[in-house]
Amino acid sequence: MTKNTLLYAVLVAATVAAPFLFPSYTAFLATLWLFIIVALTWDMTGGQMGYNSLGNIFFYGTGMYTGAVIAIGLYFPVGEWTDASRSEVFSVTASQYYTGMIIGIPGAGLFCGLCAFIIGPLFFGLRGPYFAIGTLGLAIAAGEIVSNIEWLGGGQGISMPHSPLHPDFEKVLIYFLYAGLGVVLFGFLRWFYSTRFGAAINAIRDDEEKAEAMGIHTLRYKTITWAISAVFVGMAGAISAFQLIHFEPLETAYQTINLGIFMVVCVLLGGKGTLWGPVIGAVLFHVFKEVTWNYILGGQWVALGLLIVIIVVFFQDGLMGYLKHVRPGWFGIKVDTKGATS
Amino acid sequence: MSAIIDVSGVSKSFGGVKANTDISMTVEEGGITGLIGPNGSGKTTLFNSIVGYHPVDGGSIRFEGQEISKMLVPEIARLGLLRTFQQTRIYGEMNCVENMLISLPHRKLSIWDAFRRNTSEDRERAEHLLDFVGLFEKRWLQASSLSFGQQKLLEFAMALMNEPTVLLLDEPTAGINPTLINGLIDRLRRANTEFSITLFIIEHNMRVIMNMADTIYCLAHGQMLASGKPEEIQDDQRVIDAYLGAH
Amino acid sequence: MDQILFNIGLLIEYPMVNLKIVIDGVMIGALFALAAYGLALVWGVMNVKNLAQGDFVIAGGYTSWFLVKTGWLQSIGISSNIVALIGVPVAFGVMAAIGWVIYKLIITRVIERDLFTSLLATFGLAIMMAQIMNLLFGSDTQSLKLDYETLYFADGLIDVPIAKLIGVCMAAGLALAVILFMKNSRMGQAIRATSQDSRAARVMGIDTEKVYAFTFSLNAAICGAAGAIIVMVWLIQPFYGITYSVRAFVVVTAAGLGNLPGVIAAGLGIGAAEQYGGHIFGIGYQQAIAVTLLLIVLFFRLLQQRRKRQALN
Ligand SMILES: Nc1ncnc2c1ncn2[C@@H]1O[C@H](COP(=O)(O)OP(=O)(O)OP(=O)(O)O)[C@@H](O)[C@H]1O
Ligand SMILES: [Mg+2]
Repeated sequence: MTKNTLLYAVLVAATVAAPFLFPSYTAFLATLWLFIIVALTWDMTGGQMGYNSLGNIFFYGTGMYTGAVIAIGLYFPVGEWTDASRSEVFSVTASQYYTGMIIGIPGAGLFCGLCAFIIGPLFFGLRGPYFAIGTLGLAIAAGEIVSNIEWLGGGQGISMPHSPLHPDFEKVLIYFLYAGLGVVLFGFLRWFYSTRFGAAINAIRDDEEKAEAMGIHTLRYKTITWAISAVFVGMAGAISAFQLIHFEPLETAYQTINLGIFMVVCVLLGGKGTLWGPVIGAVLFHVFKEVTWNYILGGQWVALGLLIVIIVVFFQDGLMGYLKHVRPGWFGIKVDTKGATS
Repeated sequence: MSAIIDVSGVSKSFGGVKANTDISMTVEEGGITGLIGPNGSGKTTLFNSIVGYHPVDGGSIRFEGQEISKMLVPEIARLGLLRTFQQTRIYGEMNCVENMLISLPHRKLSIWDAFRRNTSEDRERAEHLLDFVGLFEKRWLQASSLSFGQQKLLEFAMALMNEPTVLLLDEPTAGINPTLINGLIDRLRRANTEFSITLFIIEHNMRVIMNMADTIYCLAHGQMLASGKPEEIQDDQRVIDAYLGAH
Repeated sequence: MDQILFNIGLLIEYPMVNLKIVIDGVMIGALFALAAYGLALVWGVMNVKNLAQGDFVIAGGYTSWFLVKTGWLQSIGISSNIVALIGVPVAFGVMAAIGWVIYKLIITRVIERDLFTSLLATFGLAIMMAQIMNLLFGSDTQSLKLDYETLYFADGLIDVPIAKLIGVCMAAGLALAVILFMKNSRMGQAIRATSQDSRAARVMGIDTEKVYAFTFSLNAAICGAAGAIIVMVWLIQPFYGITYSVRAFVVVTAAGLGNLPGVIAAGLGIGAAEQYGGHIFGIGYQQAIAVTLLLIVLFFRLLQQRRKRQALN
């Protein structure tokens, strides 16, 4: 067994054991996995491809709504379910609940992937700041529009079917859904970045004009990468819908300045464009946030803004970037010591 | 031989500057065509028009019979019409081998091929071509740490890796150590014969271009001044005047 | 759907409604143009895309609102209507100072960095400012309900509050003052020189660092004054900032940098377009319309660029 496989085996074992060893931290760990998932997916376009999106939360919110609509719509008319003034009480059986989950979560992922696939060609003509602002606009617009659609519960949002499980078990189930998705995502990315596809998106990041001039299918690769990341974010969103029981459009689903910006901060903190950076960043950020949040009650959002500014201004390369700088050898970077001659 | 690139009546101006006026020319399939002219005569502009970097004001450009003057850069590149840059462009953060591997002809890869890792043949080819241009020793170095001349060689090798039909080279010998130029001429020739790539070369070094090209075009002040075999160009009084009395 | 058709029908049946919508739109649009002008100024001079632009506007609004609500000036016998007008230059001054501090603390460190850095840094700043205002002033919407008269035209179909008229005149006056300043003052010339070529400006002996600080501070001041005008008639709320930022981006994207007549036209046009959207789809869609306009403008520009074989960057 190599050192690497051993490391991964230990990590997977720890992931499986964690909710049983620390039952009171299950919710905390579930959210940590959510952070890892959104950070890793953000890095696919932001770090590896050089397209800094401020609106990936669009897929999270859309995943939430899609998951909810599928889980409810399989058995009940959605419009009546979300009608705030309804008197009728819908009761959901255990098998209906689980079927909704099993179809709803992947369904949300597929739908979000499809969305990215359709809007990708529009958005990827925008470069640099225009892409960032355009995607931010997308997320804000989606939240505002959804909160006006009565069929989706309008500004009140949607209440999910009640889980047949005891809340403690439900927590563990949600934890394993997130953790499973996170592990699959990590494994997928480890492979994905080692393929020609991964190299191509790195080329787009380093010099898109050159990549175009070399005949790389830039638009195709960009769109597919975004769509893949959307699939995972959408599934994470759907899991969140089941976890939250009730959610509403602006503060929970399309939470632009909340999770929408957390994912960027996590990646910057850990190090853009690396496999482990987003994971490490998510852990650091989440722990930091949980530890300090209660002490600065009321001011925590101000502190968040401040934290973003500080990270961006002073520590943008993140932990991995710092290591790359002081220990280039670890990353296989060689520099000509004899000096360049031609 | 037939014309693989056919430019007819192409004009391009930037604001008031007429960089190209009514240019017509052809590049013969399988040959080496040269493009010369004093600084600022519009050579790079013509290259840029052909590969789609900007819209042309008028005229038509055909590649293998297909009109390409309205197509976008990546679309044209995927037809197998490739160019290198006068100010080299390489991926500075990657090492030479990675630069080569990323230059695989993606237009020939299906989406499923793209989801594979590079094969050992790909690596061998990359190293072979690096050897071909004389960069084998430097293959693990970060590309940005290479000198300008080495970067030119790397960009040339990357272009070869891409297996183009036609390769447009913008001053391939600029910045290359004079003692290495003969070697480079030899490699350009071999690229033309062994890899059967049609070459279209902008060059300031007269000795180089007279040595290699079958046909030479000469631009001056954005206009086509003369064209013909190297010997004809060499003796053409207009060309000599353009160079001596440049600006 | 029926509602939408009905609303459109209304526009055709009563042409005067169109006029009312356009007048309303142009009046608020004048203020969008001001914020957009500031954005374009900073963008052009130091290549920083400021996502906190809207929060400067809102902060200016709260400055004036606070001045009126504390009642200091009223206690020496000045009426609230006048205090609100005094609030405009006060907001201008206060925001100039805040802008300068922000420049020295944050912006100066991100100028030379890549574009996403400045965008994200100012996004962090925007979150911070919105939250501070939320802590200080609460999350209710605020407006100064001044007791100016309202003028009625066309049998009362068109109503123009005099406060709005005063606001628009002040906006125009401010714009004029800024234009004259940029044309004639030494600092204005230095700013224009720096925006054309900062390296050359430095060689010519212009202290670009000072120019940057001044430009950013001027931008914050312009936004602040615009906010103080907005609070006289329209609503402000701590979290409205982002929509004003988005509107400023829409205007600049539509008009392009360094195109002052374009910025004014686009500002007024966006104002009118939003009013039409609000009328047709209902008031609940107002924020959505502002953002959707951004996407429409972006894609329209993209289409233009594609014809030039270029991407939008
Ligand atoms: N993007 C551009 N914008 C404005 N003017 C340009 C642009 N590109 C080229 N020009 C102008 O067009 C003219 C021709 O330039 P071009 O680069 O084609 O010359 P060249 O023949 O390649 O010169 P050199 O031998 O120095 O490389 C020059 O006057 C140049 O200033
Ligand atoms: Mg040139």
